[in-house]
Amino acid sequence: MVARAAREIEPGMVVNLGIGLPTKVINHLASDFPVCLHTENGLSGIGPTLPPDRADRNLIDAGGAYVSTVPGSAFFDSATSFALVRSGRLDLTMLGAFEVSQTGDLANWKIPGKFSPGAGGGIELAQKARRVAVLTTQTDRAGNPKLKAACDLPITARACVARVFTEMAVIDIAPAGFSLVELAEGVSAGEVAEATGAPLILPDGDIPTF
Amino acid sequence: MRLPDKTTTLEEAVAGIGDGAVVMVGGFGVPGTPFTLIRELVRQGPKNLTVIKNDANETGMGVDHLLASGQVARLITTHIGLNPRAIELMNAGKIEVEFNPQGILAERIRAGGAGLGGILTDIAEDTELARGKQRVEIDAKRFLVETALRADVALIHADRADTFGNLDYVATARNFNPLMAMAAPRVIAEAERVLALGELPPDDVHTPGPFVDHVVELGALTEEYAVVRR
Repeated sequence: MVARAAREIEPGMVVNLGIGLPTKVINHLASDFPVCLHTENGLSGIGPTLPPDRADRNLIDAGGAYVSTVPGSAFFDSATSFALVRSGRLDLTMLGAFEVSQTGDLANWKIPGKFSPGAGGGIELAQKARRVAVLTTQTDRAGNPKLKAACDLPITARACVARVFTEMAVIDIAPAGFSLVELAEGVSAGEVAEATGAPLILPDGDIPTF
Repeated sequence: MRLPDKTTTLEEAVAGIGDGAVVMVGGFGVPGTPFTLIRELVRQGPKNLTVIKNDANETGMGVDHLLASGQVARLITTHIGLNPRAIELMNAGKIEVEFNPQGILAERIRAGGAGLGGILTDIAEDTELARGKQRVEIDAKRFLVETALRADVALIHADRADTFGNLDYVATARNFNPLMAMAAPRVIAEAERVLALGELPPDDVHTPGPFVDHVVELGALTEEYAVVRR
């Protein structure tokens, strides 16, 4: 699914990869692929992640991983970093999720009583990136669908998600709801529908696999 | 004319921060966190502080020392997920935590530093963070009013300073530092190197000296500044 998500990135884009699964997308981009990766803490042009013995103590991404620069990188302050996000310069962000609703609402920052460390820059990324894709598992650890008719958890932003990548499928948020786009190899549309908490619209004809 | 010398000792730079003070602290994770100034603030011991910082660092580092010593009453921040103590104190009601969207925290500080009353934004309008905030309508668009943030004192980590307090930052250690360096009437900068006047090229200055009150040169850096091995 991470490899499939990486194909979502088009040449020339400015992209922010959220903490967790989305960060792994970077491993599936060719070193000469023309893209500018942005991180909220003040870097455009993220280079490869470095092991501790080669790391620069002053150079991390927003998740705290030690990263590097590429020719053409730039550093800036936190206000400039989010000016870039809010003004529409961020073409794509890929984020993790607790829940996604059939209208594209995203909940990924708070589980009341259990997990409330703050949203960091997630609200602005979700609300203002030109395109928001979610990388997540189809169900939570208890087996409950993460794709639901409506979010029960506090939302991060409303009607922001365009596409969801899971280990089972690629699913778009269409005007009529969750719409199956692709299936993981060996997974059936019925299995995806069963693991989705709202109606799943199937395409006409063959469904491509990844 | 000669620009004034603002270099001082660590103890004098931090002296006089009183109980109940509002303290801005630069840094995002390790990079840009003024660990030495924080240690001195712990040593001098003012209580009931409001701390404004992007995050709460990690266990045993930076802001965590202020939490451990019980000096913090209120934390204005964006994300404290790497500090279990901060989460525990928040959940137990022992500190008050106010979460902000990260870029909005930055802009509230910038507004405070620019002498403005606040900013208008649609960020977080559909979330619980918008609760209780004033809304205004301009040209048929609805905005939240986010008030400006200022502090009594700002603690800044710079890479280079000159003796007048011109500062520059490196890599992702810049983050909130140049914003906070404008948003308090008393700005204390620790610097890895302090240069003579004229040695920091004017075009390289990120924070102009008039914003800065005290400059402290760091000696050998403590372990807190080093690469974190997780």
